[in-house]
Amino acid sequence: MAALAYTLAAALGLAAVALGVGGMFGWTWTLAVSWLVPLGGLELALDPLGGFFVALVGAMAVPASVYAMGYAHGSRRGVLAYLVFVGAMAVVPLAANVMTFAIAWELMSLASYFLVLHEREARESADAAWAYAVMTHVGLACLLAGMLLLATWTGSVRFADWRLAAPGLAGPARSLAFALLALGFAGKAGVIPLHVWLPLAHPAAPSHVSALMSGVMIKLGVYGLIRVALDWLGGGPPWWGVAVLLAGAVSAVLGVLYALVDHDLKRLLAFHSIENVGIILIGLGAGMLYHGAGLETLALLGLAAALYHTVNHAAFKVLLFLGAGAVVQATGTRDMERMGGLVKRMPWTAACFLVGSAAIAALPPLNGFVSEWLTFVALLQSAAIARPAINLAFAAGIAGLALTSGLAMACFVKAYGITFLALPRSDAAAGAREAGTAMRAGMLVLALACVALGLGPTVVLPALERVAAPLLGLPAPPPRALGDWLTVNVSGGFASLSTLAIAAALGLALVAPLLGLALAGAGSRRRLYETWGCGRLLQTARMEYTATAFSNPFKRVFDFLYRPVKRLDIEFHPESRFFVQRIEWTNPTRSIFEDWLYRPVLDGLHWAARRARAIQSGSANLYLAYILAALLVLLVLA
Amino acid sequence: MTAALLAGLAQVLVVAAGAPLLVGVVRTLKARLVGRRGPSPWQPYADLRKLLGKDAVVSTTTSWVFRATPYVLAATMLVTALVVPVLVAHPPLAFAGNIILVMYLFMLGTFFLALAGLDAGSAFGGMGSSREVAVAALAEPTIIVAVFALALRAETLSLGGVVERFGRDPLLAVNPSHLLAFAAFFIVMLAETGRLPVDNPATHLELTMIHEAMVLEYSGRYLALVEWAGAMKLFVFMTLLANLFVPAGVPSLAEPVPLLLGLLALAGKLAVLATALAVVETAVAKLRLFRVPELLAGSFALALLSVTAVFLLR
Repeated sequence: MAALAYTLAAALGLAAVALGVGGMFGWTWTLAVSWLVPLGGLELALDPLGGFFVALVGAMAVPASVYAMGYAHGSRRGVLAYLVFVGAMAVVPLAANVMTFAIAWELMSLASYFLVLHEREARESADAAWAYAVMTHVGLACLLAGMLLLATWTGSVRFADWRLAAPGLAGPARSLAFALLALGFAGKAGVIPLHVWLPLAHPAAPSHVSALMSGVMIKLGVYGLIRVALDWLGGGPPWWGVAVLLAGAVSAVLGVLYALVDHDLKRLLAFHSIENVGIILIGLGAGMLYHGAGLETLALLGLAAALYHTVNHAAFKVLLFLGAGAVVQATGTRDMERMGGLVKRMPWTAACFLVGSAAIAALPPLNGFVSEWLTFVALLQSAAIARPAINLAFAAGIAGLALTSGLAMACFVKAYGITFLALPRSDAAAGAREAGTAMRAGMLVLALACVALGLGPTVVLPALERVAAPLLGLPAPPPRALGDWLTVNVSGGFASLSTLAIAAALGLALVAPLLGLALAGAGSRRRLYETWGCGRLLQTARMEYTATAFSNPFKRVFDFLYRPVKRLDIEFHPESRFFVQRIEWTNPTRSIFEDWLYRPVLDGLHWAARRARAIQSGSANLYLAYILAALLVLLVLA
Repeated sequence: MTAALLAGLAQVLVVAAGAPLLVGVVRTLKARLVGRRGPSPWQPYADLRKLLGKDAVVSTTTSWVFRATPYVLAATMLVTALVVPVLVAHPPLAFAGNIILVMYLFMLGTFFLALAGLDAGSAFGGMGSSREVAVAALAEPTIIVAVFALALRAETLSLGGVVERFGRDPLLAVNPSHLLAFAAFFIVMLAETGRLPVDNPATHLELTMIHEAMVLEYSGRYLALVEWAGAMKLFVFMTLLANLFVPAGVPSLAEPVPLLLGLLALAGKLAVLATALAVVETAVAKLRLFRVPELLAGSFALALLSVTAVFLLR
């Protein structure tokens, strides 16, 4: 039954890819069933942007579903929720009016809520699902408020009518609608400070669902932002772009910083999703700013970079979550400090995870590098806008992106090195077994996708520009000529990139020293011996560097952010204080967003609830009196 | 086409063969500055030959990552030698990327080396890896922003384009922004190549070292490759500093005579930089590890000022 459902989900994914790719290449299609739901009926429409995201949902659902056949235990509820989740995600980008959108969006949220709650008995799971439900509905409230305002002002619930009527709206009205909708979508995308649900909810779900939530679902928030900013409202004042750019830079840097000090493998990946959404928003913000300044080819570059990173992040994040799932299944823990040595026990998973790690760390010639390179190149041309304040926002974006990529590299050295290398740190890790065929197949396909997206920007980029061009009012095949199949030329010789040439050169440069050493007759013998240990007798896993120790330099450098607390708990021997029975040292970090932003809001809510209790006596007579009073007041007011 | 390829080959040869000499020269100069005779500048070649002749001892704890890393590291450095203008402004692989590619290739090498440091399961290796990636990550923004300042004024991101632009118009380089970017880049070079005051390349005292701790488990030909790659990184970084900020003498044409002149100019510039490096390394003491971020933050501030200066002074 479960296998059948996952096959169905994979088939659904394939169909979505076909439909979406068709949409990207100009095939348009609409479906309206006006009687099905109230307020405008069900209406779907396919356009290049929607098609791109439908194809993305489908392309990631296929490997995740194949993986799930070998991974998921398949409670009936979980399988059904998974199918609804995939289906709803594929419908969101097609929704063409408010009602259709709200239904698809809410189905997606509810299905993923049930999936987060899959271990109902676990306290952690319940808390995560609760936080997720609250945040996602606050976001929905913002979205609906923005959409209803737009519907009132334009007199239509159809998105196509907004497109025509939006230029006629007053500036403040447009900005208010933008702010509400952007808040709602940014919450779904996990932009800091609206991210608090993400590191709780994503790890709690089963890994193939975590993969889709992180890789695809939060991208629909990005989809919404692009729709609002460039399509429905058709661009706006510079502060929209600056806000998106700076929110992106902050999310990118803080996301990776939180990931560095987290040693739960899946939560670490969830924090990296925040980082990568930040990188996407940096590209999008740059595109919006160039669009506002009338520099459409640069806007196209920024937007294409954002879309490229959207695809890339989906590919490597789904891969990494699937790999993490395999590791968690094999070791029974998510705590990196209890892993280690898996590269010898799970060679396939380790190899795929290494590809994903290198890709997310933006190492050439893999896909993460290509999209970060494009984002950099888009940002570096900001001199074309002659306004120093905006130029400095771009400089902040550049510095943020550079710091992010350096920190992401550091974080994945930790994630890979502690999880897969050296000696196993627990018996469970020592007894780990390689994942099954279906799981390996899912991971392998995605690892190959990371390589292909890295080597083929000359093929991928034109397709993405076809998606981005209509949003900027450019003709469908964009005016900029791309280089031949080998090189991407950006902005007429400003910069060029050829990952194929880099890969070939790296390959040659790998072989050359091997040959050179062999020809020179260098000693090729290898002696196996234990690790040097200052003369002690044997090496155990307790002598290894831990993830906590690895991230300590960052904890010290960025202590203003982490606010680490040191707790030292020493249990002395009852006879003498010179003998210690047990030492426990913890060094937890705190989240300033939870302490300073959410805590006061929650406290305020609690306070208000306590106050409201005063009028709730529990007496039915009093409640009837309230109703009567309310009725009278209303009658008087009317 | 063939001329360009030959020029590229010449660049790789110069970087590959010249890198140990540069390291040796810096060592000799440092020894002279403190009144020792010091080893001959050719000593690193003898060291490499000795290491290549020895057996490699490999820990039983390690995996294929440990054995592959020295080759990956050497490969990344050799590829940067094809991208960076060493002898000519437009080496054959310049079209494949630019300064961003070079920095990310360095990161690729650091990534694998740090993994290898963790692979042996020794606390030294892990300590070195952790510190190395911390320094590399914090140095990253400075490099990109300093290059941004250059690219803004040269109006291109291609390294060859920057070299030619400033070569054509030497007065363009006389500018506060240029000097600030140079200072920022110099500090980053000290950090990225593991020199004083960030790391001490001469020490083997475990608690103070960064790079040496990370490569502690390497021996034989693996260590030779790692040391050689480290020397090439220093060479490429110094070449970037020399040719980007003082582009005089870098030929645009890949002909034998300009190439030779380019080699001479490069040797002269590197000699000046090597002296500066030796003086800095003799004059300053090593910083405490947790003071290093302050130094890097300082260099970042310089780079940011440089960019701001471009925007304000145009």
